[in-house]
Amino acid sequence: MENVYELIAFILLGGMVLGSALLVVTLKNLVHSVLSLIVTFIAVAGIFLLLNADFLAAVQVLVYAGGVCIMVVFGVMLIQRSDIAESNPVNWRFGFAALLGGGIFILIGMFAARSQWMIAGTEVPKDTVGTFAPILLTDFVIPFEVAAILLTVALTGALLLVKEVKANGDRS
Amino acid sequence: MVEFALNHAWLVPLLPALAFVIIVFLTQRWKRLSSLVSITAMLGSFVIASIIAYGVFTNHEFIEKSLVYSLKWFGMEGFNINVGVMLDPTSSMMLFMVSLVASLIQIYSTGYMKGDPQYSLFFAYLSLFGASMLGLIISSNLLQLFVMWELVGLCSYLLIGFYTFKVSAREAAKKAFMTTRIGDFGMLLGILFLQIKFGTLDLVELAAAIPMFEQFGVSLGLLTLIALLFFMGPVAKSGQFPLHVWLPDAMEGPTPVSALIHAATMVVAGVYLIGRTLFLYVQVPGAMEVVAAIGAFTALFAAAIAITQREIKRILAYSTVSQLGYMMLALGVGSLSASMFHLWTHAFFKALMFLAAGSVLHALHNKADVWDMGGLIKKMPITGWTFVVGGLAIAGIPPFAGFWSKDEILVVTMEYAKHGHALGYVLFGMAAFTAFLTAFYMWRMIFLTFFGKEKAENHPHESPWSMTAPLIVLAVMASIGGLIGTPWANIWGEWINFGEVHHAEPALGLMLLSVILALAGIGLAYTLYCKDGEKKTARKLAENYQSLYQLSYNKFYIDEVYAWFTQKIVDGTARVTYYFDIYFVDGIVNGIAAVTRGSGKGLRYLQTGSMQTYALVFFLAILVITVVLAFGSPSLASIMGGVK
Amino acid sequence: MGTGLNPSYFIGLSAALFAIGMYGALSKRNIISVLISIELMLCAVNINLVAFNKFLTPDAFLGQIFAIFIITVAAAEVGLGLALIIAISRRRETNNLDDLNWLRW
Repeated sequence: MENVYELIAFILLGGMVLGSALLVVTLKNLVHSVLSLIVTFIAVAGIFLLLNADFLAAVQVLVYAGGVCIMVVFGVMLIQRSDIAESNPVNWRFGFAALLGGGIFILIGMFAARSQWMIAGTEVPKDTVGTFAPILLTDFVIPFEVAAILLTVALTGALLLVKEVKANGDRS
Repeated sequence: MVEFALNHAWLVPLLPALAFVIIVFLTQRWKRLSSLVSITAMLGSFVIASIIAYGVFTNHEFIEKSLVYSLKWFGMEGFNINVGVMLDPTSSMMLFMVSLVASLIQIYSTGYMKGDPQYSLFFAYLSLFGASMLGLIISSNLLQLFVMWELVGLCSYLLIGFYTFKVSAREAAKKAFMTTRIGDFGMLLGILFLQIKFGTLDLVELAAAIPMFEQFGVSLGLLTLIALLFFMGPVAKSGQFPLHVWLPDAMEGPTPVSALIHAATMVVAGVYLIGRTLFLYVQVPGAMEVVAAIGAFTALFAAAIAITQREIKRILAYSTVSQLGYMMLALGVGSLSASMFHLWTHAFFKALMFLAAGSVLHALHNKADVWDMGGLIKKMPITGWTFVVGGLAIAGIPPFAGFWSKDEILVVTMEYAKHGHALGYVLFGMAAFTAFLTAFYMWRMIFLTFFGKEKAENHPHESPWSMTAPLIVLAVMASIGGLIGTPWANIWGEWINFGEVHHAEPALGLMLLSVILALAGIGLAYTLYCKDGEKKTARKLAENYQSLYQLSYNKFYIDEVYAWFTQKIVDGTARVTYYFDIYFVDGIVNGIAAVTRGSGKGLRYLQTGSMQTYALVFFLAILVITVVLAFGSPSLASIMGGVK
Repeated sequence: MGTGLNPSYFIGLSAALFAIGMYGALSKRNIISVLISIELMLCAVNINLVAFNKFLTPDAFLGQIFAIFIITVAAAEVGLGLALIIAISRRRETNNLDDLNWLRW
């Protein structure tokens, strides 16, 4: 019976993800889109929980729903000049893009439906973080450090880019 | 010390090369210093060369086995080029001779070139020439030798055209360079053939390999071709018919240059090269006959031109061509010994005569026509008498040097004929007649220049000691230099020879013949040009045989034939290829360019600058490729790079 | 294959999310909107990775580690992207992506 609950959870969460994602790309007001995005991210975090990835779910909520979305809202605030109610229009490509998206979805769906899966018999360990952390900090320590450097550089670069440019062009 | 010199023979060319660098980069502004550097270096080379010669000629092992040491220059699979030194009696003799003559001529040049604005440069070129010539002599490898060969050609070009303000000098320099280029082309082909077929260019290895040429898959015909191609280089460089035309024109250069490069050393490089590669020629009798025939013909041909020429240096130039023909003839009949012996004596007496001629020109302010001279021996005794020594030597009067070497060539030619080569008798006849002509034209020049009546408009004076001293040294060498190769005590033949040593009995009959021929020539010249003060007979002869005289005076119109050939045939072909090039080849090239530019112009509008459009195309492509890979036919999928 | 969830469900979900994100990325005029859509696409990829992790290699945690790195890079990307957008809109006074076409022919 556990399967049924899982299926129900999946349908609910998946519907939430897709619905809110559709809202993200269709809403006319950009701020509303971002709010909808937060819902999508939280729902994706729920999917992660369903997939026994509790650490990732937490990260997803913290980084995406918390950090990224707030940052985006600030970005909107900083650059939006015209009426916010009409801030998220589409361009001439939306027809093509919709067809293409539909095509890709149908194609991948078809492949997925046809696939035969070789499911590994084992379960994900209960203590995910406990198992996960040693792997991340031993085998993957170099990518880990590189990611750290990447974040530092990205933040420094972002700072440099958005710094007020003075009239004489001097950034310092 | 002898050991040191033998093991450091590369110092001999290196010293003048250093002198060249020093003069060009450091001392060019100080003329005296430049000449001092150059002469010191050359004298240093001479000293080392003398020690080497001493070392070689006191050790009988060198007859059998030459001293070779080399370094790897570059190499790859199946192709290794070494640079090295090869010392044997022949090369030691050449080292000694070249460095001696070069030293003397450099000393002479300090007087001759005095006051020339490019004095330092002249000595720099002379040093470079000395370096490359000495380098050529000691080369142990044909490619190394070829590089040096080209370097002496370059020096020759630079020095012929040394008086850059003279159009004729520039033209002569170009002519020399291009004519020798024809020969070098053939020679390079020959070298390539040798490398391809025998896999080595090392002289010692080649000498071992070529006698077994059939093991290398080389037919006799191919070997003959190689030998003849190779012979083209010496034909051009040593002024053999039909590529002799540059050598008389090369006299446009300063006289010391004519003496050094175009009489004593560079032009004999061709003879030396054939001597070095004689192991190739003895395998192919056909090529040997060609060498001998061309040599004999050149000797006669040039002598026939020389009898009517008027310019003093031009006569000497044709005489050089003629004597080089003698050396080739000797090689062609298979006698390295006689050829090198003549090379040795010729270097001294011809350098002597050129330098003396230079002294005359110096005194007469470059008036070159022998008919305008006369009686100079009273005013210029040293020049005159040394010239007479040279004249006796070249005419072949014993005991002067030329007699012995020329006699040796006649002897070997006669022996060649007696060994069943019918051609040999013809060659012998040509050589003997040339000996007569040589004596005649040389003494015609001497009588016209130094004897007879003095011309009032000339105010000659003896040249300074820096010019006369080398003359005296050379005159001594021209007198006694041949005594080491007399048939009674043939030290020369013992050391320098190829194959088995032969001990020819003194051929008294031939000696007598050659002396008679020489005396007849001198006598004829005396009657025509000295005894007869007005030269009536000579003039009358020229008028009576006008056509023959003109033919000889105009050098058998060889230059005109070449000019016609280049103007009509070569230029015509060039014109055709020119139009082919600009219309057809350029059409293709420009067409490709136009297509590229046109398509670029059209395709640039695909760059809309809109990233979303790019992304749209990108995803569309992914979709299409995926569909094709998944559902398309296998062949289509394989085009896309997928495997179904 | 019982009634339980299998990877196909999650792949279908992520494909749909990816398609939606792609639609947004291709059809939106506002630069920030495009950025948001790209985040959606990255999220779809993460779902895939985590699903594979669960069903195919539960012990090795490869999928999750990959997802972690993607989240990291995405965060950096958003930060830097927003900075770029702000800098560009300051100079060009526009936030319409179609106006940013000065790299064309």
